[in-house]
Amino acid sequence: MKAFKYLSPTTVEEAIAFHDQHSETAKYIGGGTDVIVKVKEGWLEPDYLISLKKIGEMSELHKNDATGELSIGAMVTHATLEKSLMIQNEYPIIYDAVSNIGSLQVRNVGTIGGNLINAVPSADGAIPLIALDGIALLHGPDGERSCEVKDLFIAPYKTILKPREILKKITIPPQAPHTGSAYIKFGRRAAMELPLIGIGVLLSLGDDLQTCTRARICLGVAAPTPMRAFNAENLLVGKKIDKKILIEAGKIAANESKVRDSVRGKAWHRKEMIRVQVRRMGLKCLEIIKNNS
Amino acid sequence: MATNIFFKLNGDEISYEVKDHWTLLHLLREEMGLIGTKEGCGNGECGACTVIVDKLAVNSCLYLAIEIEGKTVETIEGLASTSGTLHPIQQSFVENGGIQCGFCSPGMIMSSKALLDENPDADREEIKHALAGNICRCTGYIQIFESVEAVKGMGGQNE
Repeated sequence: MKAFKYLSPTTVEEAIAFHDQHSETAKYIGGGTDVIVKVKEGWLEPDYLISLKKIGEMSELHKNDATGELSIGAMVTHATLEKSLMIQNEYPIIYDAVSNIGSLQVRNVGTIGGNLINAVPSADGAIPLIALDGIALLHGPDGERSCEVKDLFIAPYKTILKPREILKKITIPPQAPHTGSAYIKFGRRAAMELPLIGIGVLLSLGDDLQTCTRARICLGVAAPTPMRAFNAENLLVGKKIDKKILIEAGKIAANESKVRDSVRGKAWHRKEMIRVQVRRMGLKCLEIIKNNS
Repeated sequence: MATNIFFKLNGDEISYEVKDHWTLLHLLREEMGLIGTKEGCGNGECGACTVIVDKLAVNSCLYLAIEIEGKTVETIEGLASTSGTLHPIQQSFVENGGIQCGFCSPGMIMSSKALLDENPDADREEIKHALAGNICRCTGYIQIFESVEAVKGMGGQNE
């Protein structure tokens, strides 16, 4: 592997200052499960790697019980999320997505922030955070700014992050009562595989436990960047949710997806799986809501 | 660029001068001569290089050596006792046909140890989930899962 100098700042400001000093020859590194591969393969040739591991606040996972807001530091590992009982119980869609990223060895080291900023069309981590209306907090040389997680992505492998800017954390606003959420990474096998298609559904119901007050249908590998199926969501809001309407939502979501043929699978197959899995994930949401009421 | 780091390796306190770009796998195999840990793909796909860092199974081929400063590292060399008695997990792999060519075995055994240290009663699904990042091209995995399950009946996995 190419030689580089490893820098280990303890604050975001220090990290940005290091990057300023070394401009084009520096690269941030999180868990390293992608960056190290890219350096080994020669796709990246940094003279300096600036590690974000020692920046304490970036590794914090915390739910504010007073406001109900969840805060996930960008350096929180997939395994930390997977093992958190709070995530398992209150944000099952996050658990569903992170528990099948890579392998345990990768999840023990790889981070949610790294998964987002790599911006692969198949990023499992992005879909639940979009479904939960997550907000990304960015910190750059000119200070902080934020955006919705869904707006982080511009194109495959491209985010809105400016040079030297760091994704610091993701916040999830408080969830409405009677909310269920679920994600499926659909592929040929579960382990060490990118999904053929990723489907996340979140439903909130009113106090009658029937009428939909909020719907999120989010798809990975269905377009160049993670997408929301707005037409399918709009169908559900205000309606009583049953299997019939979820079947309809699946059809609409499949039609508004922008799936294409790739080495991993064909467009028609992806469309069929969206149709089927939107219904299944919707039913799973209803089950979760029922069990928690 | 080189940095002197302190860490714990298989119970011993170690001080070592590492280059910034060395992986943990390089440090173990090429510098320290601990060749029990294997390099398969070198890209985090196969798990042959699995070691335990602070109780977590990691791919040592993607882990920078400089990042083990202050941490505890366990490798396959640390499992058997100095008198040569195998660790219960190793013994179970031998007795249950969990080893054929042996190349994946150190990684498989370290992943199994990380799992059983955390969850001694892991069931078949939990074992599969924990070993999903370790590829074996010989056994078809069944004997490996059986080996891990059988450790429970061998008096635990205490060293």
